[in-house]
Amino acid sequence: MSAVPGLACSSMSPLDAGARLKQRRARILRERAIESVLFLAALVSVFTTVGIVYVLVKESVVFFTQVSLWDFLTDTQWTPLFDDAHFGIMVLLSGTLTSSFVALSIAIPLGTIIAIYLSEFAPFSVREIAKPFLELLGGVPTIVYGYFALLFVTPLLQKIYPGLPGFNILAAGIVMGIMIIPYVSSISEDAMRAVPMSLREGSYAMGATRYQTATRVVVPAAFSGIASAYILGISRAVGETMILAVAAGMQPNLTFNPLEPAATITAFIVQVALGDLPHGSVGYQTIFAAGLTLMVLTLVFNIGGHVLRRRFREAY
Amino acid sequence: MAYAKDLDEIRALIASHKRWDLVFATVGVIALMIGVLTFTALFVDMAIKGVPRLDWDFFTSFPSRRAGQAGILSAWVGSTLVMLTTAFFAVPLGVAAGLYLEEYAPKNWVTDIIEINITNLAGVPSIVYGLLALGLFVYQFGFGQSILSAGLTLALLILPVVIVATREAVRSIPQGIREGAYALGATQWQVCKDHIVPYSFPGILTGVIIGMARAIGETAPIITIGALTFIAFLPPAPLKAEPPFISFEWLTSPFTVMPIQMFNWTSRPEAAFLVNAAAAGFVLVLMTLAMNGLAIYIRFRLRKKIKW
Repeated sequence: MSAVPGLACSSMSPLDAGARLKQRRARILRERAIESVLFLAALVSVFTTVGIVYVLVKESVVFFTQVSLWDFLTDTQWTPLFDDAHFGIMVLLSGTLTSSFVALSIAIPLGTIIAIYLSEFAPFSVREIAKPFLELLGGVPTIVYGYFALLFVTPLLQKIYPGLPGFNILAAGIVMGIMIIPYVSSISEDAMRAVPMSLREGSYAMGATRYQTATRVVVPAAFSGIASAYILGISRAVGETMILAVAAGMQPNLTFNPLEPAATITAFIVQVALGDLPHGSVGYQTIFAAGLTLMVLTLVFNIGGHVLRRRFREAY
Repeated sequence: MAYAKDLDEIRALIASHKRWDLVFATVGVIALMIGVLTFTALFVDMAIKGVPRLDWDFFTSFPSRRAGQAGILSAWVGSTLVMLTTAFFAVPLGVAAGLYLEEYAPKNWVTDIIEINITNLAGVPSIVYGLLALGLFVYQFGFGQSILSAGLTLALLILPVVIVATREAVRSIPQGIREGAYALGATQWQVCKDHIVPYSFPGILTGVIIGMARAIGETAPIITIGALTFIAFLPPAPLKAEPPFISFEWLTSPFTVMPIQMFNWTSRPEAAFLVNAAAAGFVLVLMTLAMNGLAIYIRFRLRKKIKW
């Protein structure tokens, strides 16, 4: 619409120069204002991060005035809602690490194999069908996966291993791993396809087979991208909530045995949020301390991944 | 003779190397099949258990203590209203942020921080967004455990998805379009509004749909802000008979959503409730599948149709 006043301008007599100047000023002002608004929208993401850190730290500081950091890190019991309260995050951490380990030992090998297959082996038509399908696999709500782990995978595993309890880390971890496959495979595949064709051609010219080219030329060249895919997979596994809350039970249990039930950090937060905790109580603050632990954990993995990427970065 | 023997050895070596190609291709297909089979098992299992439960009453009944009479009315109404709120905040913010980063942003440290930040936000666990919302929206701002709080939370959660989709769509528009518009005297905003946004619209739409499909299945952050699981009433209607006809009371109303209703039924021991959970899950999967399918279709059409 604003093009119209500009046109009207040109048909005016030169006497209106003042009015034209005014109009141009208004136009510049408007452009500036719009740019500022867009800038503010972009800043929302920064505010979100600041907000997350602010909320987690603020509540955790209050929490740590009542529970010493030493107890938090070394206590072997987690009973924050009992009269005899213990706050040993190790208990929840063991559940998170065990379930992530199970999930990643499925997602990383399968995701990598699928990525190599789709990028180096599969014919065009297979790739065209497989990629959207994998996307769908990643789009299924996690609560549905939780239901599937509890009522399909666990009974299936119980047939193989009859002593398996109804809630266990194994089934939840396996389903979680399958859920993470698309995240790992799609980013790894993008990284592999970004490897210049000339590298492959060079390899083939030396008489290498497809398999040799894929594993010895393409994968090493794309390693920094594959590493980011792994890091994203790890973040998803550590932060996954509903599958574990549904299928791994909510009983805190200091164990690294995937055949047992155990609560994770995320499942604990859900458990507390489902109850009716008064705002400002210690129980309310524990979930922020648990959330902070989760953030620190993902941060550590992300920094590790960043270092790894730097180390293996290949530039063309 | 020695020469022929060498040749045979070399042939055997080549054959054995090529065999690995075949082995790996087979392993690749098997790995893909594991994904396909899991998805099929999940879908079929849910369909077998849940579809017989799906009837008109299931969609028009409130949750109930008796499994046979329980339905998902308050859940799907809640999900719809939360999605509306999410889209209302996430779409303008995400598109504006994406436009800024692609078209306006100078190359400096502020822009760098914003970009790194968006990448990192995509890796933050969704339950942490729930904690942010609990501390900030529910208590600090006093929005309570309302549709508004939930909508804002999910909007922040899918913001990176919308921003990244917008940026990719905008980046794929050839420079010549911008130059043509500038040459005719258009201002930067006119170029954005009349050219960049309309041409990148299908790409943005794809991103928004994928983001919404993710938001509709998100459970953890909404549980964290303390949404109730047993809601046997509807939020106030957005339309009214008397002026001003539109009411926003529903924004502050307590609510439940589809995934929470399903979680509630899944965590009950009675088998009858598990059937309800399967039925609700089936509806949820169909909804996300339809949304993702639509996004894939739009992208497919886009790739075929647009030739700059």
